[in-house]
Amino acid sequence: MGEYSVQELTSILAMQGFAGISLFSVLLLMALGLAIIFGQMGVINMAHGEFMAMGAYTTYLLSVMTQTYFPEFMNYYFLLAIVASFLVAGLFGYLTEFVLIRHLYKRPLDTLLATWGLSLIMQQSFRSIFGAREVSPTLPDWLMGSWMPTDTIFIPINGMFVLALTAVVTIGVYILMFRSTWGLNVRATTQNRVMSGAVGINTKQVDRLTFALGCGIAGIAGAAFTTIASTGPTSGSLYIVDTFMVVVFGGAASLFGTIASAFTIAQAQSILEFFISGSMAKVFTLLALVIILMMRPEGLFSIKVRK
Amino acid sequence: MFEVENLQVSYGQSQVIHDISFKAEQNETLAIMGRNGMGKTTLFKSLMGILPSQSDKVSIGGVEVGSMESHSRVANGIAYVPQGRMIFPTLTVQENIETGLQVSKMKHIPDEIFALFPVLHDMRHRKGGNLSGGQQQQLAIARALVTNPKVLLLDEPTEGIQPSIIKDIAKVLNEIRKMREITIIVSEQVLSFTMEIADRIIVIEKGKFIHEDMRADVDSDTIKKYLTV
Repeated sequence: MGEYSVQELTSILAMQGFAGISLFSVLLLMALGLAIIFGQMGVINMAHGEFMAMGAYTTYLLSVMTQTYFPEFMNYYFLLAIVASFLVAGLFGYLTEFVLIRHLYKRPLDTLLATWGLSLIMQQSFRSIFGAREVSPTLPDWLMGSWMPTDTIFIPINGMFVLALTAVVTIGVYILMFRSTWGLNVRATTQNRVMSGAVGINTKQVDRLTFALGCGIAGIAGAAFTTIASTGPTSGSLYIVDTFMVVVFGGAASLFGTIASAFTIAQAQSILEFFISGSMAKVFTLLALVIILMMRPEGLFSIKVRK
Repeated sequence: MFEVENLQVSYGQSQVIHDISFKAEQNETLAIMGRNGMGKTTLFKSLMGILPSQSDKVSIGGVEVGSMESHSRVANGIAYVPQGRMIFPTLTVQENIETGLQVSKMKHIPDEIFALFPVLHDMRHRKGGNLSGGQQQQLAIARALVTNPKVLLLDEPTEGIQPSIIKDIAKVLNEIRKMREITIIVSEQVLSFTMEIADRIIVIEKGKFIHEDMRADVDSDTIKKYLTV
């Protein structure tokens, strides 16, 4: 560190900090979907990363189609791709819940195994359809380039876009979960499925839509992911461990906990990565999480009530 | 009218409810009394569709609900206040009550509910899990009432409640009946409470109805004999 001036070090910290914010955005988008599925339904969805990859491939497909058939719309397709990624992943999630998950609700370990199997099937399907090589959509011009607040600090525009997208999705999830009847049904079903049915809530429908929403948000994460990295058949699985870490560390049923946890983990990894190697950064982050979870097994933010 | 014919419930090979049949009229309060383990909760859970059961008939006002899932039974007019209250602990009092609103298609909690339970209005922003046992019981009844039931099932509403609150619950149940003219079916072990609210008392033992009396004809000693361990 001795070879850097104070100004250089400040710039490095600012840029690494922003790189951390980009990672935070993708982690948070992934974790929001997982927090809804795992936190609200108790389902360990090992295929969550593949739903993200599904969103990424949807974006790639739309990019190729737009470039081929409607090149004049290249500047706008990405916004449509975000919506399409949500819908495709959400619809597939809906079907997955109907065909697979609903039979396994009282068997969490079987759910884990079944969704892990699903993730392998999805990875192979991606490989068969799109090939083993990583692909990247052509990004619109307005997502390229950097913003330079000073001569030495470069903030990538795609990172800022992903951050804004994450903010919009997070606010949307908050409104849906805490200001809508559907969200009330989800929270009630999470706490007591039997009693929810006994007050008139159709819990099966709630489950299906909850799973679809969680997968849909993973799809949006996939669309966002394409702006910062290329997509391969196993891209989703690279994020699944970090995403589970975010959800467990934040406290499974806490939206605020998920945000705080994603921010802490992403920033810790990103800043440490610059000073030590990437794998050592991960080791230190994991070590810190293990120690904190030993002291607070229920995660950073949990609600305490009489049961 | 609420009608049940030949209801049977089994846990695996073991049958716990044996061919129970009864009718309860509109604006009638029926008490089902029995010791622990005699089948009261199992009976109520099966009437709610929480436990699978077999029957020739479970109907409300002529509509057969015996094959319906819980949420559909609620939509057809059965409401349930379970043993142990089972309120949603991390939802606020207001949200707890609002979970029952969807069936009745009402947008807001009717004033009548807060008039019956003023304490719930004062505590409407508090988490349900932070209320006392008596307050949670009031909340569970309020949550059931907003579904606009024709039949209200209460499973041991006095369990774990202090005596002064038990009197309040009896008063509220009588008021509800007066206001709404609904059928109330309550399972109980406390005879004094039952005598304050019920028109008719049925004793259940080992999953069978073994004794029935109108309130006026109840011989306390006989009922107590059935309730004594």
